[in-house]
Amino acid sequence: MAEMLALRDYYGKTVAELGKTNKDIVVLDADLSGSTRTSTFAKAFPERFFNMGVAEQDMIGTAAGLAAGGKIPFASTFAIFASGRAWEQVRQAVGYPHQNVKIIATHGGITVGPDGPSHQAGEDIALMRAIPGMTVIMPADAHETAAAVRWAAAYVGPVYIRLTRDKFPVVFNDSKTFTPGKGDQLKKGADVTFIACGLMTSIALEAAALLEKEGISAGVVNMASIKPIDRDLVLQAAAESGALVAAEEHSIIGGLGSAVAELVAENNPVPVIRVGIQDDYISSGAPEELLEACGFTATGLADAARRAVQLKKQAASR
Amino acid sequence: MKRTKDVVELKEIARRMRVDILTMIHAAGSGHPGGSLSAIDMLVALYCGAMDHGPDRKKTDRRDKFVLSKGHGAPALYAVLAECGYFGREHLKTLRQYESILSGHPYAPSTPGVEITTGSLGQGLSQANGLALANRLDGRDTFVYAMMGDGETQEGQIWEAAMSAAHFKLGNLIAFLDNNELQIDGFVSDVMGIEPIGKKWEAFGWHVQQIDGHDFGQIFAAIDNAKKVTDKPSLIWARTVKGKGVSFMERLAKWHGTAPSTDELNKALAELGEKA
Repeated sequence: MAEMLALRDYYGKTVAELGKTNKDIVVLDADLSGSTRTSTFAKAFPERFFNMGVAEQDMIGTAAGLAAGGKIPFASTFAIFASGRAWEQVRQAVGYPHQNVKIIATHGGITVGPDGPSHQAGEDIALMRAIPGMTVIMPADAHETAAAVRWAAAYVGPVYIRLTRDKFPVVFNDSKTFTPGKGDQLKKGADVTFIACGLMTSIALEAAALLEKEGISAGVVNMASIKPIDRDLVLQAAAESGALVAAEEHSIIGGLGSAVAELVAENNPVPVIRVGIQDDYISSGAPEELLEACGFTATGLADAARRAVQLKKQAASR
Repeated sequence: MKRTKDVVELKEIARRMRVDILTMIHAAGSGHPGGSLSAIDMLVALYCGAMDHGPDRKKTDRRDKFVLSKGHGAPALYAVLAECGYFGREHLKTLRQYESILSGHPYAPSTPGVEITTGSLGQGLSQANGLALANRLDGRDTFVYAMMGDGETQEGQIWEAAMSAAHFKLGNLIAFLDNNELQIDGFVSDVMGIEPIGKKWEAFGWHVQQIDGHDFGQIFAAIDNAKKVTDKPSLIWARTVKGKGVSFMERLAKWHGTAPSTDELNKALAELGEKA
């Protein structure tokens, strides 16, 4: 059993660590600093922490102004509010002028669980991907989270990092680095390849092990950099395995699955199955129940892989 | 950069700026004359008199900053920026054209002197707050100025920002309210009433002064008073006339976002004592 660590814990720890040496780093939150873990930074550097109250639009605008004044703002709240309530502020004040604002959104996806669909962001990656110039990242684990946060602090420009509430199995170690536009080939596969992000990466590894037992060679690519996506790696996986499964804890519309399908359709059309939220609002419930209901399990992903392989065979026999 | 508080000189600059505003909107074939003309006297007072700034300053240099939250007043901002030498006057006739440095609404990356990108109403004040917080963090004793429209205060984000500016005690922030009483669809009071607007800002914790936004003496006095208030943000509530300076444009919603025809331009320039 892999070690379990929460992405948001590593965000809080990492941004507070960066704040020690980089005095230009400031952090904003919208009354969720305990949940997003920006409270760690707030305790260490109260003069550089701004609690904006329950006012996400003002938070993003203020962050943009701080960036224009030479600061490196990290603005945090839940993913649904950061990407949804404040979408136009992100588009106008951050994306359009390419302002140096880092939006670190926690509680993405369905693993928010009991809070229900009002708090489950299934659309945030689509919303942020649509903004020109925005880098969109969904780390697979806590170590990749720390790496992405470190990279974001050093990069000049808008970044959206999507994190989650619950603990995820650890995939990488603390030497993990993040490079935009680069994915990680965790396993090669001759029959099918999973392109996954977030929690789905560790589940895809389990699914690949299941498939191996029945003689299906399944590869796994971790694609934290959803935008820019690793074009070469996706197209290489398409060429080598001839069938892809894109898996994410997000709607099948507009997220990683869309990005993979768009890329493959325009360059090397092979079957792509999108595993994600099927254009729906889910429900309250325990995270495990919701993951099961959505098919975000090793068996669910293995089923999707078998379908992809089947589609490939059908195409070959035509 | 030469600065002046001489009312005769400033009136002449404002007259020329009105000519520039109308000429550039006419050349563009679209734009917002009404709110540019209501705002221009305050912009002239700021850029030619009150603000410590200049095109020779580097991006990181200390200077006062201005945010045009009512971004559709861009022609007025562009006119004073050209007057101050941020870019050549020849650019004014390229307003709103493809690949011009003068976008339809202020875009900081392309226009020298524009600090903050605006145009979508309600967003400028939050960003002015951010600039003011950055000044405070870095120990700069400079001021951040902002200007909102009255119709713009119908946006909820304005009130979020009003709340946070007071919460953070931004004494280094001075915001103007260009209260010209009109918006695209008609009188503000008919479309969505904002009164009692002064009391609202006071209730949100701001220092509020009401002035005639076309009277240079009152504008400078209000700025001086505002600078003395160090524990709260200041609102300079400026009563203005939409379309001010051109008789047939004054107090008409029609001129919110309509470019003058050539005949109308000539008539307006004649009123302003300028040949076409």
